[in-house]
Amino acid sequence: MTLNSSRRVFLKSSALAGVVFGAAPRSLMRSVFAAEGTRARKKTFVVVFQRGACDGLNTVVPYGDSGYRKSRPSIAIPSPKDGDLAAAVDLNGHFGLHPALADLAPLYRNGSLGIVHAVGSPDTSRSHFDCQDFMESGTPGLKSTSDGWMNRCSATLPKTDSKFRSVALTQTLPRVLRGASPAVALARIDDFHVREDIAMAEGGGMMRSGRRNAGARDASGATERKAGDDSSAAAFEKLYGDAAKDMLGNAGRETFEAIEALKVADPSKYSPSAGASYPRGRLGDSLKQMAQLIKADLGVELAFVDLGGWDHHTAEGASTGQLANLLRQLGGSLSAFNHDLGDRMSDVVVMTMTEFGRTVRENGNRGTDHGHGSVSFVMGGPVRGGKVYGKFPKLSEEKLYEGRDLPVTTDFRDLVGEVLARHIGVADLKPVFPNYDVKSSNFVGAIRS
Amino acid sequence: MHRIGYSQTALRLVLAAQMAALGPARAQAAPRPTVPNDDATAIHILNRLTFGVSPKDLARVREIGLDAWIDSQLRPATAADTALATRLAPLETLSMGTVELREKYEVPPQVRQQIQKARAEKDAAAGKDAAAAPGARYEDMDPKARREEREEMVKRFPQLANLQGTPQKVVAELQAGKVIRAAFAERQLDEVMADFWFNHFNVYARKGPVEFMVGDYERGIRERALGKFEDLLVTVAQSPAMLFYLDNWQSIDPNFSPRNLIRRPATSGRGRPNGISGRTNIPTNRQTEREMEQQARNGVRGNQAKRKKRTFGINENYARELMELHTLGVDGGYTQADVIEVAKAFTGWTILGEAPGGPRRNKDSRFAFAVPAHVKGDKHVLGATIKDGGEGEGLEILHLLATHPSTAKFVSAKLVRRFVADNPPQALVDRAAATFTKTGGDIREVMRTIVRSEEFLGPAYRAAKVKTPLEFVVSSVRASGADVKNSRVLADKIGAMGMPLYMQQPPTGYKDTAEEWISTSSLLERMNFALDLSAGRVRGVVLDARSMDNQKATLDSVAAQILPAGLSAKSREILEAEAVKDGNDPAKLVGLVLGSPEFQRK
Repeated sequence: MTLNSSRRVFLKSSALAGVVFGAAPRSLMRSVFAAEGTRARKKTFVVVFQRGACDGLNTVVPYGDSGYRKSRPSIAIPSPKDGDLAAAVDLNGHFGLHPALADLAPLYRNGSLGIVHAVGSPDTSRSHFDCQDFMESGTPGLKSTSDGWMNRCSATLPKTDSKFRSVALTQTLPRVLRGASPAVALARIDDFHVREDIAMAEGGGMMRSGRRNAGARDASGATERKAGDDSSAAAFEKLYGDAAKDMLGNAGRETFEAIEALKVADPSKYSPSAGASYPRGRLGDSLKQMAQLIKADLGVELAFVDLGGWDHHTAEGASTGQLANLLRQLGGSLSAFNHDLGDRMSDVVVMTMTEFGRTVRENGNRGTDHGHGSVSFVMGGPVRGGKVYGKFPKLSEEKLYEGRDLPVTTDFRDLVGEVLARHIGVADLKPVFPNYDVKSSNFVGAIRS
Repeated sequence: MHRIGYSQTALRLVLAAQMAALGPARAQAAPRPTVPNDDATAIHILNRLTFGVSPKDLARVREIGLDAWIDSQLRPATAADTALATRLAPLETLSMGTVELREKYEVPPQVRQQIQKARAEKDAAAGKDAAAAPGARYEDMDPKARREEREEMVKRFPQLANLQGTPQKVVAELQAGKVIRAAFAERQLDEVMADFWFNHFNVYARKGPVEFMVGDYERGIRERALGKFEDLLVTVAQSPAMLFYLDNWQSIDPNFSPRNLIRRPATSGRGRPNGISGRTNIPTNRQTEREMEQQARNGVRGNQAKRKKRTFGINENYARELMELHTLGVDGGYTQADVIEVAKAFTGWTILGEAPGGPRRNKDSRFAFAVPAHVKGDKHVLGATIKDGGEGEGLEILHLLATHPSTAKFVSAKLVRRFVADNPPQALVDRAAATFTKTGGDIREVMRTIVRSEEFLGPAYRAAKVKTPLEFVVSSVRASGADVKNSRVLADKIGAMGMPLYMQQPPTGYKDTAEEWISTSSLLERMNFALDLSAGRVRGVVLDARSMDNQKATLDSVAAQILPAGLSAKSREILEAEAVKDGNDPAKLVGLVLGSPEFQRK
């Protein structure tokens, strides 16, 4: 025990304790040199994916079209009316926001929020699986694509030291970020470390060695580890450092690089700005943490969060109900994020997307079935907001896609392409969308050039 | 595809152990040419056909030979697994059917509404913005506050006092039970197949009453997991869990109206309105038919105002997923028109206690065909004409789909992906599909084709698959010999790695390829789990690392048990240095081996 206790004392007093044992984790060295390189403000593009196919017509409501109400006897949102909180919030005399999205109305009016309607993917399978896959691979119709468009985009950007250029606040790495370029997935930024960084100190209290507040949740203390022992973390780092350059090895190395970068930048010290109140739930949590990563100047450029549950075949609800609850989360989270980042929003564009829209007509269960076009929000300083973009048809059967769905008049790749070209500064979009010709003439013009 | 190179030392150890185990008697036995009897093959096969190599199973394979072991797993069970039953016994809700679960654990819908209202009022009184996020406050409460509020609600709503527990308990026990089965079932292949098919026919436990239906649903799947595919498909199609999850229970002829039923003149001779007069269809189930009418009448009387506004119509959800996910595959050759026709054919396939036009009756959570809800007339599906025939139309379509060549290919490719490689070798998929077609969808025979194939048995795909979170956690338990007193925390860990059990919301189920499970986040969870398990920090799980070997644990003895396939030379070198540094702390070595890149593969 003598060795252990003397070692513990030493470890407590030295952040570079590993060196003594001839085994300095490479990340420790790296962090010393790399920290500065990421400390530059970057242009950031945040994608919010609504998994399950969001009903665009009840999100941004074409109340001015009589076909809307006729098609939806029980779930139509009432037309705007002063003082009626259940009615749509008027945008431009034709479209209105779902009342649960009222938080977004001021952003639309001050020009920082734009809307693109009848947007989507040309794929016609109406399959959640295929359409999400295609929207993330960026190659509708081409199943053999193994990587995602965000990952390919990352490869076209100038070299960076940042480990957080491409980041998803998700437990598993989303399809859109899979591929050859490094990408980080993390569910909670304040819990991202090897648990043994913390150990049971004498007297039963938790002792800090690497990060604060670490890992107490599952530590029953059944086995007392040598206090301050972070050698398991170092051993894992070596195991994965030396592993093959395959998916597993790469992810392992990226894990330790991300742990180190977080240790240096400590994003959890940035609490939301006064007045930014994120709604409870997954999306609010994700965007709150995304704001922390951005504020910590970790070099976030391509960011991804998602929220499931948009597949409302039954009891979709109208002004209140299932869709309303989700939209309230969406609107509240976007608005809080915008408020939280404040001036920094001049470098940020947030865009929502969903795999397809839903039938114009409600079905037999006061819900909607799988359709085609839906709606996207774009938010941020570079956005030319206060406008509903996109060609929107009359909701009559002959104008609808296959007589039933909102058609897709803006290909999602043209919208993403516009953000990448005008905001992130990607000059050549061919590698990002290889089987599609993104043309600036197809841009709706929602982003300032 | 990168494969791990095993150290010479590990291979030598393995060979020595194998020769000792075989002995002279075994050597003289008739050769079984199809399955080589070496340890490396045994480890590979155990990795794929079980939830992870355990020392016990490896010893068993060495004793009886691989061939006999495979046969024993493919043969139907002959004896009950009493040890497993003992482990599952404390999870009392697992032995209950849907009806009993709903009686004992479901908060009645009216009471649920009142509780929500009461909570909203409390929030409003406390000045909280209840309207902004109904229910969010409750979700966010700590367990103690939640318990207190529950007690308060029980006082206010005496109906709650009859309940045996919360619905959350039902789901938690389902998850815990799944982990126990995966870790300790003798008939491992049954569990692997049950897991495969549940995922293939995924339902989401948190949708409405599905949480009470999942137990019965999974039992139905497990019983048929190595049987005929069509039998499985029909069982799923008629299960309350799937009927509810994909909304078919309320897919109804747009012209249906319970009011019409009642306005018709009575023909029953008992002076009561009769909803079946004027119909041409003969109900397939008289009892069901009578109950449907009764429900329709009750419903209309009870809720006249709402009824007027109610519209009916078909719901495409099940019809589409039936073809896309359960049978043909998205490229299997169906169109949107087929989806609509299939949806029409399945109108009326419902849950008796939830049938249209009537109040819910939990005790009737079972399949029923509601004749009045069915769209009449011929249906045209995939170029075939399905004659007007009530419930029979759905069965005819299930037969058409189960025997369709696209289904044979789609299901075979999925099986080969699960058992052989993320990129399934086409030649094997073709042979498996041929077996599927030849045997009328006999899953046992398709599995025989796969596990006896060169592709499966040969060296090409060894350690080529990455374990899913379920496989990783359970294989850690199996390899280390940990004793599980309570598996709830294990189930939670699996959830934290991105695979919450019974909680995959979309009908696609979980993907079975490496890129789905490998991320910075999930790898970190795995490493932390490995350290927690080996250090005894996982509540309810006891692992005495020292008892793994009577001798002082060495890296060799730890690795031989946990990772009999062997560590790579580099990993070995790194871990040897660690072992020296720590004086062979066995717990730490176990943790490092469980969290190593090699242990993430199978």
